[in-house]
Amino acid sequence: MDNSAPYLKGGKRMGKIILEMKDIVKTFPGVKALDHVNLKVEAGEIHALVGENGAGKSTLMNVLSGIYPYGSYEGEITYEGQLCQFKEINDSEKRGIVIIHQELALVPHMSIGENMFLGNEQRSKLGINWNATYSKADELLKVVGLKESSRTLIKDIGVGKQQMVEIAKALAKKVKLLILDEPTASLNESDSKALLDLLIQFKQQGMTSIIISHKLNEISYVADKITVIRDGQTIETIDKATTEINEERIIAGMVGRTLTNRFPKRTKKSIGKRNFEVKDWTVYHPIYSERKVVDHVSMYVRQGEVVGISGLMGAGRTELAMSLFGRSYGSNISGTLLINGEEVYLKNVEQAIEHKLAYVTEDRKGNGLILSHSIAKNTTMAKMDRVSKYGVIDKDLEISVANTYKEKLKTKCPSVMQEVGNLSGGNQQKVLLSKWMFAEPDVLILDEPTRGIDVGAKYEIYCIINDLVAEGKSVIIISSELPEVLGMCDRIYIMNEGKMVGEVSGEEATQEIIMAQILQSGKGE
Amino acid sequence: MRMDIKAVLKKNTMIFALVLLTLFFAWQTNGAILAPQNINNLIAQNSYVVILAVGMLLCILTGGNIDLSVGSVVCLIGAIAGKLIVTYHVNIYLTIIICLGIGILIGAFQGFWIAFVRIPPFIVTLSGMLLWRGIALLVLAGLTISPFPDHYLALFNNYVTNPKTALVVGIIISVGLVLIMFKNRSDKMKKEYEVGSLAGEATKLAVIIAVILGISYKLSQYKGLPMILILLAIIVAVYAYYTSKTVNGRYYYAVGGNEKAAKLSGINTDMVYFKAYVNMAFLASVAALVCVARFNSAAPTAGTNYEMDAIGSCFIGGASAYGGVGTIPGVVIGAIFMGVLNNGMSIMGIDANWQKAVKGIVLLAAVIFDVVSKRKQK
Repeated sequence: MDNSAPYLKGGKRMGKIILEMKDIVKTFPGVKALDHVNLKVEAGEIHALVGENGAGKSTLMNVLSGIYPYGSYEGEITYEGQLCQFKEINDSEKRGIVIIHQELALVPHMSIGENMFLGNEQRSKLGINWNATYSKADELLKVVGLKESSRTLIKDIGVGKQQMVEIAKALAKKVKLLILDEPTASLNESDSKALLDLLIQFKQQGMTSIIISHKLNEISYVADKITVIRDGQTIETIDKATTEINEERIIAGMVGRTLTNRFPKRTKKSIGKRNFEVKDWTVYHPIYSERKVVDHVSMYVRQGEVVGISGLMGAGRTELAMSLFGRSYGSNISGTLLINGEEVYLKNVEQAIEHKLAYVTEDRKGNGLILSHSIAKNTTMAKMDRVSKYGVIDKDLEISVANTYKEKLKTKCPSVMQEVGNLSGGNQQKVLLSKWMFAEPDVLILDEPTRGIDVGAKYEIYCIINDLVAEGKSVIIISSELPEVLGMCDRIYIMNEGKMVGEVSGEEATQEIIMAQILQSGKGE
Repeated sequence: MRMDIKAVLKKNTMIFALVLLTLFFAWQTNGAILAPQNINNLIAQNSYVVILAVGMLLCILTGGNIDLSVGSVVCLIGAIAGKLIVTYHVNIYLTIIICLGIGILIGAFQGFWIAFVRIPPFIVTLSGMLLWRGIALLVLAGLTISPFPDHYLALFNNYVTNPKTALVVGIIISVGLVLIMFKNRSDKMKKEYEVGSLAGEATKLAVIIAVILGISYKLSQYKGLPMILILLAIIVAVYAYYTSKTVNGRYYYAVGGNEKAAKLSGINTDMVYFKAYVNMAFLASVAALVCVARFNSAAPTAGTNYEMDAIGSCFIGGASAYGGVGTIPGVVIGAIFMGVLNNGMSIMGIDANWQKAVKGIVLLAAVIFDVVSKRKQK
């Protein structure tokens, strides 16, 4: 690593250009994914790439790292003064360019050390030198500040730690230019902060990073320069040294207009009676049955109300929601559930749907949609009764239903016969919402409804939520993004370590109040 | 229009491959493969494969799970049928009911472990393969039971009396198909739904009708309409309808596509697995009854490798090895493809060992083609 960090106080930088991508054009059949994109990165800086989903950020990084080999794109890449013609990912890794993808590429049943040197094994004469592997791995774990033995299996550590292992793995490859694609997408706030601080620490040691992220607060925290990409074109590069960076400034670049309000206002609010109430709800872990995951939680929602459940990752919010939704999570569940004032016992998901409850999962690819099936089939899946008679499906009706929701939610797709797997994240989320709106619920639990989707699509999802409550339905939003909870909810519950630790009204709530409640409840233990 | 043709070709690759294969053999065998008697043989020889492949598709749909036990179930049910009919002279209709009942029980036994205890299907059905074969050998005491009474054989091996009826039935079915197509279209237009291009649908229907008329003409030249073909047509029609048009049929695809999502949509996924394996054993029993009639014996080696024929037909017919994708018509095409390949090579006098090797290569090629063409789409 080059230790003479060319970074001077006072905003002046003397860095040389380490990477220049010039006029990159990459076409897929029918689509121009990158259209003369230019990117200049100085040595020793953290350079953020932002843009809506499908803008071409990941494609650009795949071109850089050789996943799309030289010759499959137009334009020039100069790295450390040399023209690059990477044919495969190994070529770029040899030069110290390492990319960490959004989906972690770790083998769950192998140890941390084995994973770190996978494909890059520490060899002895006859095979793998395990002593060297594990001692080197331990050293690198210290560098990234991870207090785990390198012999621990990946499946036994959390996602936050796994992300750190990915970074340590990159270090093992003698990385000079580290590319991170949405590194904090599945991390909670404290893990995210630790990761970003680590990047800053590496920067001071002279490493260069490129970070792709949707989380604008993180970008303004960590980035020296921000390049905005929109529709496959470079829009601008904002330099922190010369321009003040704030979220509104970045969003304006991303969507090409200033979003005066990120959350649509509801025109009129009419809040009715309590139609969903939980008392003393306690849930134990499905495998470690002595571990309480949800601890005597009580809450309620009224008609036409948007209620938020805020909290850190691991607070038990998803577990609470899924256990309420026909006991699809947990064991030894106790407590009472009242729907429209009557006590009900929901044995399975089918009964939950019958009682007009919907749970829109946070993991739309894993738990929500069938990616290989059409939009139409996904839309009707939770309520097949409505498109069938005597168990026989009316396919024409199914398609017309799907078309109705496609228009209602402005899902962008050529046809409802399209496979869901081919849609962008935001459009997949709309299909998932269609599916649950079609089930005609009175109460919708939305778990991280805008995770991993771009600003424009977020706004549209918020509008849909407002439409739903305007029709007299109730919405519970589980979200880790505080601004979202603050911008959307009438009332906010605060959850920590399986307990409800506070409740504030939407008007009073601020980020500070909520964070303070979470932190104080943690201290009480 | 040109795009249409390309899309139609892509969607129906296996049909065109089957046509090419048939033409190839017709050329190589100087038309012997298309002789009336041989068409009749093709149907008789491959009836069990079609029945088993239809059942296997449901298992494969649930997530690429296969049932290895079907060959042994065919042997066991055949043995029981032989014991009851030949040795104990039990009424044949009662025997059929008993055999199907035992088949369902076998399926329920295997399905229970797979669906509710979640033992991997591969393990359960591998055990079943050994277990049922063993019991079959015990029932038969290692010997072959034969011959079956004529009135039992007549159920499966006979023909509808007048050979000309074959042609009449073929014409009636063709006219019916045309009427159904136009009725569907007019229904859709009435409700203002989208309708596909008339030319595309008509071409597809014309090909199907040509094949139906061709076969029924050939059959009328020989002994007429075989009973077994009627049974096959009923099974295929019922299952094609079940998988493509009913809610329960859709569930197999949902579970194979994404089991967690299916579960969180209120689908009882355990029950879907259970039904797939009960149904498989039920159809294996039907196949067993057909087989003992065709061979006029219940032998200890009956049903050997039948599971492989069924699995192969499914994959050649476009079912996905990961589950969630596949259709009954596709699987039937796959089974016919395997049948024509076997039959054609036999007529050409190709060495039996080579025949096996060729079948292996064809199976691999079909799956490679499927995987690669899907990758290109993305």
